[in-house]
Amino acid sequence: MFENLDLTKLIFGRLSWEAIPFHEPILLVTFAAVLLGGAVLVGALTYFKVWGYLWREWFTSIDHKKIGMMYMVLGIVMLLRGFADALMMRAQQAVAFGDQAGFLPPHHFDQVFTAHGVIMIFFVAMPFITGLMNFVVPLQIGARDVAFPFLNNFSFWMTVSGAVLVMASLFVGEFARTGWLAYPPLSGIAYSPDVGVDYYIWALQLAGVGTLLSGVNLLVTIVKMRAPGMTLMKMPIFTWTSVCTNVLIVFAFPVLTAVLALLSLDRYVGTNFFSNDLGGNAMMYVNLIWIWGHPEVYILVLPVFGVFSEVVSTFSGKRLFGYASMVYATVVITILSYLVWLHHFFTMGSGASVNSFFGITTMIISIPTGAKIFNWLFTMYRGRIKFEVPMLWTVGFMVTFVIGGMTGVLLAVPPADFVLHNSLFLIAHFHNVIIGGVVFGVFAGMNYWFPKATGVKLDPFWGKVSFWLWLVGFYFAFMPLYVLGLMGVTRRMSHFDDPSLQIWFVLAAVGAVMIAGGIAAMLMQFFVTWKNREALRDHTGDPWGGRTLEWSTSSPPPAYNFAFTPRVHDNDAWWDMKNRGYKRPEQGFLAVHMPKNTWAGIVLAGLATTFGFAAIWHMWLLAVVAFFALIVTTIVHTFNYKRDYYIPADEVVRTEAERTRLLAAHV
Amino acid sequence: MPFLKKLSALLMLAALGLLSGCNAVVMKPSGDIAMQQRDLILISTGLMLLIIVPVIFLTLFFAYKYRAANKEAAYEPDWDHSTGLELIIWSAPLLIIIALGAITWISTHTLDPYRPLDRIGENRGVPTGVKPLEVQVVALDWKWLFIYPEQGIATVNEMAAPVDRPITFRISASSVMNSFFVPALAGQIYAMPGMETKLHAVINHPGVFDGFSANYSGAGFSHMRFKFHGLANADFDKWVLATKDAGGALDRPGYLELERPSEREPVRKWATVTPDLFDAIVNRCVEADRMCMKDMMALDAKGGLDLPGRSNLVSKAAMPPVAGAVVGKPARTYVASMCTVADPTGTASVAAQPL
Repeated sequence: MFENLDLTKLIFGRLSWEAIPFHEPILLVTFAAVLLGGAVLVGALTYFKVWGYLWREWFTSIDHKKIGMMYMVLGIVMLLRGFADALMMRAQQAVAFGDQAGFLPPHHFDQVFTAHGVIMIFFVAMPFITGLMNFVVPLQIGARDVAFPFLNNFSFWMTVSGAVLVMASLFVGEFARTGWLAYPPLSGIAYSPDVGVDYYIWALQLAGVGTLLSGVNLLVTIVKMRAPGMTLMKMPIFTWTSVCTNVLIVFAFPVLTAVLALLSLDRYVGTNFFSNDLGGNAMMYVNLIWIWGHPEVYILVLPVFGVFSEVVSTFSGKRLFGYASMVYATVVITILSYLVWLHHFFTMGSGASVNSFFGITTMIISIPTGAKIFNWLFTMYRGRIKFEVPMLWTVGFMVTFVIGGMTGVLLAVPPADFVLHNSLFLIAHFHNVIIGGVVFGVFAGMNYWFPKATGVKLDPFWGKVSFWLWLVGFYFAFMPLYVLGLMGVTRRMSHFDDPSLQIWFVLAAVGAVMIAGGIAAMLMQFFVTWKNREALRDHTGDPWGGRTLEWSTSSPPPAYNFAFTPRVHDNDAWWDMKNRGYKRPEQGFLAVHMPKNTWAGIVLAGLATTFGFAAIWHMWLLAVVAFFALIVTTIVHTFNYKRDYYIPADEVVRTEAERTRLLAAHV
Repeated sequence: MPFLKKLSALLMLAALGLLSGCNAVVMKPSGDIAMQQRDLILISTGLMLLIIVPVIFLTLFFAYKYRAANKEAAYEPDWDHSTGLELIIWSAPLLIIIALGAITWISTHTLDPYRPLDRIGENRGVPTGVKPLEVQVVALDWKWLFIYPEQGIATVNEMAAPVDRPITFRISASSVMNSFFVPALAGQIYAMPGMETKLHAVINHPGVFDGFSANYSGAGFSHMRFKFHGLANADFDKWVLATKDAGGALDRPGYLELERPSEREPVRKWATVTPDLFDAIVNRCVEADRMCMKDMMALDAKGGLDLPGRSNLVSKAAMPPVAGAVVGKPARTYVASMCTVADPTGTASVAAQPL
């Protein structure tokens, strides 16, 4: 092994200048723009001397509220990237007909659709969901932080670590050309010998560590740290959906980790789990990845069901209709989500009985989901509905999501799936539920809890502009895809021969541009909010007439969330307290025991990123060094005994007195 | 179910109106199986609309009626439970799913792609004495190979079948997963290496239809398309003769050559085919010195070769690189055959063994 040791190879592995896309003008310009923008940003941060502030107050923070907000920022940044991919695909498919090859050759187009799927699910939807849960759950259950505050910070940075690798693939080497689930044999070393699939594997593995740990963390938090009196059936519904989601995360993500580990063994050391030869079987991969993949769908959608429940009851000024049946529906969905995975591959030759079993279990999920929709509907019934931005998203969701649900049940009928599977009808279906469900829900949640997080309401005008552009844009972008699916058009095509299809793709592209407008309006909303922050400020801490505990504290909440742990007597705890004429305690404050910030999370994640990058490029020397550094840092961190501190009682007194003053000034 | 029939007819009208001006082949197929799948889509959609339409209507109606500005409307802030209503909202979807579940169970069995056809159209049984036409389909990088064992011919990227005669497809692939799909004829089924899937279908109208891979399979995927010709019996015979006239023989070396990745492959025809070629493709032993999967499995079932089996491997340089491929593809390794018809003593495999 050592006689022909090649030092360059040991250090640089497969990385060479060839990996930098000098010959791709689009990528090169983007790269230059990113470098330039990055330099300007770094320069500005240095000039305004905010590095220290960012490091102390954010990067090393173990405050669940700040980590939640950083997840949201990550989601927004990655949304811009993922959506740029979507625009490129829509543009390519709108022009690539007949003699026109379009501007993206298959080599690029295939990377773009793979990256779009991976980014939107793992680095947009997941951070948004985790961010919302991180911010809201401890506040809703009356806790001061999560159960494992350091782990929370570490989880966040591991998610960032995966995102960094995906972004790096844009400029150094390339991303996978396999589709977002990287089915073998195509993703095996024989058919994808380059670094693309390795980027995919390592990005998902690193981010997966973060997701799994944050799942464990939130689950323990909810189980162990609820305020006294908050029995399971008095938990706010968002917390209930978070429990179920985190149970799903804890049971599903290890499967993803295992299946990707097997795929890496195939790729790195020549095992044959999923290859064509020597006893490998690709069907095992397909089964395993969907045993993770289907629960993943519910990991994304359950928390937003919780968001909608909170929003619809708050803005209807009513208790949530059918709380108990809502809880049971959520639990039933959680259990059933493990019994349906085969519906993703009815067409791979399972027998009729197996296919019908999985088809029918899938349909059964629509029963609790239907019950949820009716519960929201009857929460609105005899309410006083205020159409603030979060409520708009909710009504938009209810109308849009049922259409997606209907096409989903249709796809669960195996013989119908045989003609619709892999077609643009399928694409339209899952965007219908993911955009119409998850994305709308995240935006509803963002508009709903933004004043809690920052003390400032988001500007409603631009929020409404954003909503309408998204809603109308969604219908323009995806209804044509339903039609195209019925015309027998399949997914992932970079070129078409039949010119009669073009008009539908052009319509879809128009829709995508409208959604781009919706995203721009959202950024505008942030900007306008920042500009008018004084006018939009909320001093009460309860701008919407909220019902759950997070609205009982100030906006933004103090580091310790609650000076006194609240006592809960009702599932709408804060509503109940307000109705009973609750008086905020103004004296008798004690020092608060809090966890301390730590550098360990970001440093460990940085080392993990380095290790991932080295493994991707076969830079074995760096990989070994990074791996040992990772181990050593972890051990060093375990000897850090300065993990907690006390917020002194007089500081608590000062903070609470300030709030008393503000409340008195803004009655 | 006359009600469902009426409903589906109504939906059909609506759907056709919506889709007029575009060729929605899934809604207007030419084969009996695809036609039944179309009907199933319409019936299921109709059933679900029974609940979806009221929900959408009620959402918009409640949103309008109970808007905050409407002080006339009733307001009951503490009304959050009604056993009767909850029974209804759970049982309404339940009833629909029971109906749909029953339809699903029955149709999944009657339209199982593995099940030989018992009809060629509505109220038209399979004529006695008509044997299904067998077509062996192989998805290659990035083209389709069709082998007709009965006629002894083979084609690439063009297939034909006589109208109203059941077709039995046996489907496999050479390298990665594809999905064999002719929307006008029947639903798709995956084509996977080392595995065989089946599809039974029939074409009822003459015409030229699109067929393609419905599962992304790499760079040449977008152009992995072929024409499916539905032909009257006499025309089909003519097509077979024309294929025979094209001459040429598809043998094992010829297949290995054909298997190499290529894009936008023109239609190709062969007058004869090595008889066991499809079997060799499914068992991944087209190479003369390679052990077939079925033999390997038979050996393993009897306890395997144990350690000596580890030396029974053949390593070959990768296939010559195609344009755009990354150089440095690793060598292929496979299990050597003990002996074959062409090489009864197994000398080829001995020679091929690494030292």
